[in-house]
This record gives sequence, C-alpha cells and structure tokens, in this order.
Amino acid sequence: MEKLLMKGSEAIAEAAVRAGCKLFFGYPITPQNEIPEYMSKRLFQVGGAFVQAESEVAASNMIYGSAAVGERVMTSSSSPGMALKQEAISYCAGAELPVVIVNIMRGGPGLGGIQPSQSDYWQATKPGHGDFHSLVLAPASIQEAVDLVMDAFDLADQYRNPVLILADGLIGQMMEPVTFRQPTERVFDKSWAVTGCVDRKPNIVNSLFLQPQDLEDHNHKLFRKYAQMEREEVRVEEYLMDDAELAIAAYGTTARIARTAVDAARTEGIKVGLIRPITLFPFPKAAFERYVGQVKVLLDVEMSMGQMIEDVRLAVHDRIPVRFYGRVGGMVPSPGEILDQIRTLAQEVSQ
Amino acid sequence: MSAEEKIVFSYPTGLTTKNTHYCPGCLHGVAHRLVAETIDELGIREKTVGMAPVGCSVLAYEYFGCDMVQASHGRAPAVATGVKRARPDLYVFSYQGDGDLASIGLAEIIHAANRGEKITVIFYNNAIYGMTGGQMAPTTLVGMKTTTTPTGRDPGERGAGNPIRMAELLATLFTPVYITRQSLLTPQDILKAKRAIKRAFQLQNTGFTFVELVGTCPTGWGMTPSESNDWAGEKMVPVFPIGVFRDTEKGI
Ligand SMILES: Cc1ncc(C[n+]2csc(CCOP(=O)(O)OP(=O)(O)O)c2C)c(N)n1
Ligand code: SF4
Repeated sequence: MEKLLMKGSEAIAEAAVRAGCKLFFGYPITPQNEIPEYMSKRLFQVGGAFVQAESEVAASNMIYGSAAVGERVMTSSSSPGMALKQEAISYCAGAELPVVIVNIMRGGPGLGGIQPSQSDYWQATKPGHGDFHSLVLAPASIQEAVDLVMDAFDLADQYRNPVLILADGLIGQMMEPVTFRQPTERVFDKSWAVTGCVDRKPNIVNSLFLQPQDLEDHNHKLFRKYAQMEREEVRVEEYLMDDAELAIAAYGTTARIARTAVDAARTEGIKVGLIRPITLFPFPKAAFERYVGQVKVLLDVEMSMGQMIEDVRLAVHDRIPVRFYGRVGGMVPSPGEILDQIRTLAQEVSQ
Repeated sequence: MSAEEKIVFSYPTGLTTKNTHYCPGCLHGVAHRLVAETIDELGIREKTVGMAPVGCSVLAYEYFGCDMVQASHGRAPAVATGVKRARPDLYVFSYQGDGDLASIGLAEIIHAANRGEKITVIFYNNAIYGMTGGQMAPTTLVGMKTTTTPTGRDPGERGAGNPIRMAELLATLFTPVYITRQSLLTPQDILKAKRAIKRAFQLQNTGFTFVELVGTCPTGWGMTPSESNDWAGEKMVPVFPIGVFRDTEKGI
C-alpha cells in the first residue's frame, strides 16, 4: 500500500472521502481549517458537494439534512464551534441519523486558546440535551485517525447514530506517514431515508414524540443500541500491563507521550503500564476493572483539568486509587513530567 | 357511485387524510392545502421532500403526503440545503412560521437565499408565536399586545423593535430568483397565493424561491376567525404589502 506523508487534518478529510463521504459542511475555526479547505477541492472531484456554512449551527443542521437522504456526510470543528453543533447532534441521535463529526480540540473555556487540548471530553461523552450518546473515537496517531474515520462511517450507518472523532490539535496539525486501506464496502439498509416516496409510503425523519409513552419507548430503543455498543464496540490499547503495578490512563496524544514515559520508567525497573481508551464512549470499563488487585495506583493523565478521570474512577469503583496529572491551556505534558509522576508514585507504592 | 354523482372536492394526494391539530379558523391548513395542490398539479409528490419547522406547523410532517424531515427551530433552510445538495434531483421545500424563520432562523434563511439554494420556502407570517402561547414575534406589529408585550409592542422605551419584513429584506440580496408576499385572507387572495406557490415550485430548480403568506392566529390574537381575517387585512397588510419583490425571469 502506498505510504503518504500527510498533515493530520488533511489525512482525516481524505479518509472520509475514501470511506464514501460525499458531502461536507463546515465553518472555519483553528486548528481544523485544513479539513474544510481540503474538502472544498476534493469533494467536487468525486461528484460530491461542499458548502461553507454560515455557522456551526447551520453546518451541523446541513449534515442532518444530507444524512436524512441517506448520503455519507461529515462536519468538523473545534471546541467553541462544537458547542454550537450540540443542537443538531442531539437531533441526529433522536432521529437516528448516521453522521460523522470531527472535533480537533483546543483549550477553553470560552474562546480559550488555539493550542492542543483535551478539554471537550465531557462534552463529547456526555453530550447535548436529552438522553443520548455519540459513539466517540479518540485517535493517538494520524494513521489511527485515518483508520478510525473510515470505521466511523460504517459505525454511524450500522447504529444510525452520530460518531464523533475526538482529537486534539496535535493530531490535526502534525504530519506523519499514512496508508489508506480499502473501504469495507459494507452495505447498510437505508430504506428509512427521505429519497422521494416512489412505490412506498412517505418516510419521515423526526425526533418528536409527543406521547410520553412513545418517547419513553424511543429512549429505550436508543439505549438498547448504546448497550450493544458497550458489548461490541469497545476499543482499548493496553501496553505493558501484564506485570504492571502502576498504570497510566490516557487517550489521544497524551497517551502517546505517556507511552514514552512508560518506556523510560521501565528502563529504571518500574513496573508501569498504560491503558489507552480508543473508544471514549463506549468506555472500556472492563480494561480497568480487570486490574483491581494487581495495579496499586492508577495515574490519569490528560490535557485537561481532569475529565476522563471520572470514568476511570467509575470503572474501578475506588478499588484502585486514581491520581491525576494534567496540563491545560495548550500546554502539552512532556515525557519527563510524566516520568517524574511515575517515579513519585513508584516510591509511594514501594513504601 | 351513480352516474350523476361527481366528485367536486377531495384531498390532494399531497396531503394525508389525517385531521390537523390547527385551531378553528387558523390559516395554516389553507397554506398546507395550497402547497399540496401544487405538488399534485406538478406531479412531483414522489420527488418531493418537505421540511417541517418548530412552531404550530411542527406536525406538518404528518399532514403532507410526501417524504418529510422535521428540522430544529429555525434551521429548516440549513436542513433543506443538506437535502438538496445531496439530491439535486428532488424538489425540496421548507414550511416555516415567523418565529422560526425571522427570529431564531434568521441566519439560516438569509444564507440559504444568498447561496441560491434551489429550494422553495413557504413562510407563514401570523405576527405571533402561536405554539408557545402567543408571545411577540419579530413580525409583531407596533402596539400589538402579546403575552410578552402586554402593553403592546413598543419599539421606543421598551426597545422591542419594529416588525421585520422578510420578503423585502431577502429582496436586497442578489441571488434569489423569486420572492413574493401573498395573503390568505379572502378567496381571491388564496387563488393568487396558490399561483405564487406554484410559480415558486416551477422556478425552484433555477434558484432560491420564497413565498411569504400573511396568515392569522385567532387563538393567539384572541379573536374569532372572521375578526382575525379582517384585522390582518386592515393592520397587517399595510405593514406587509402584497407583491412580487423578485422574479428574475420577468425582469423584476
Ligand atoms: C431552540 C428552541 N427554542 C425555543 C423553542 C420553543 N418554541 C417552539 S415553537 C416556538 C415559536 C414558534 O413560532 P412561529 O415560528 O411564529 O410559529 P407559529 O407557532 O406561530 O406557527 C418556540 C419559541 C424550541 N422548540 N426550540
Ligand atoms: S395557535 Fe394560532 S397559529 Fe397555532 S394553530 Fe392555533 S390559531 Fe393556528
């Protein structure tokens, strides 16, 4: 397979096109502008369409429309823009529309900054209004971003649900060699789509259920899908966990940096491993629970004030103490900083 | 049916036979029927996708006999953009009230118009928020009492602004191909409105088309249906004049 050196944002866009994405609607915001820019050239080459929307609100409602006719569609943004997309994401979940959304996170709150961050974990995993989940995928390299974007379209179609790619500004801006695999060519039933009611009754795409019993039933239906995701779609990477007495919990770029720190700690004889959630929803609870009794302390490392740590704690239910190390505002933790944390914990554990 | 019996009135296939929830005398139902008749006359029911808004006409997806999408409040033109860009071969329309279109959805309607989305927007202007209990709309007349302008809309001291005239506002843009305002207050008005809606659908694939309809809200206005029609004719039409503001094919 051909290896290409690509910037993360462009690789994400290209992966979407290869997965069959025909439409893209977006609004400029740093650090993800390369995605709409790339799409504004590329989609017209494959007979698709690109619209620079008037806002993220509009862009995300446009993907709702294109998904309603059964086409593969994507939008992307960064943190403040994601706030504006929450309305349509909730509508997509309610109306069971398959859409793919990319968030290249920057620091917050408010306008925050434009440097890498992981401050939207809560927004991604506990999103919008109403009872629903997006399926959330968190890549730690550009190759993984490419693979996950291609999977995202299949997952969105399979579950008829929003799939979110949650990456930080480093993934968006960095260049790495990537290869693109063939799309799976899986075929999904789209008989629900509004394509014109030829030889059938009219289809309706809708998230309104005025009868309480109907809406309760609908909520239960959605949660049966989320339960299936928890059974079948959990993805997690475990690194050097077999004999680990200390474990780091980290996702995305932070996990990559932590891995370097883990390797360094190992050369000092510290038995430390890494658990890297790849799906943030469904969260890999079992991967943490499994180490109750073996791992003495967990260290959650994030580019946030501590958001994923809540899910880590829920997974181990206080049976493993969970500590936290975070950098925020666009500050990226160095392997050395994390190594220092590991050393301190190792000392604590050995006492 | 005996030989002498003749059907002189029936449901257009563009409407379902479901009873609407509209209040007695409300003109939403009339506007629906005109759209449905147009769809029938053009023979496009199986090629049409409609957007239902948030507002009293939210259940339009149950009343129109074609494929329908329910859109979030004000976003119908954006959703319609997503539909039409994905499937340019379909006829796409949105049906929206004044709160939906001229307040929360102002950005979406202006930009859809400016991009020249090949859609038809049916805009039902009743100068009030019917659905939520009669609050002020962007189209509420000066001095008009609503539940949030209890002493009448006051653009002065209370800073409640003046009515927004959407047809005129959109006509400042270069791109749209057809913009008109009609009313539904008399049988003649209804026939004219029907011709306008039909023209909008016929021109749809040449660009953005917009039909504003001066309607009523007897419940929100606290009037009988006939009082409402009279009041709309006397008070609304002078502020929202009937006319064609853009018809590029005719050089307007
Ligand atoms: C985001 C959002 N804000 C507010 C509402 C509440 N709401 C429902 S209908 C409506 C006003 C509709 O008024 P209009 O568009 O004039 O339609 P009408 O009911 O008069 O036909 C509002 C504010 C909502 N559903 N969603
Ligand atoms: S509240 Fe007003 S707009 Fe709504 S159905 Fe009743 S009369 Fe019509």
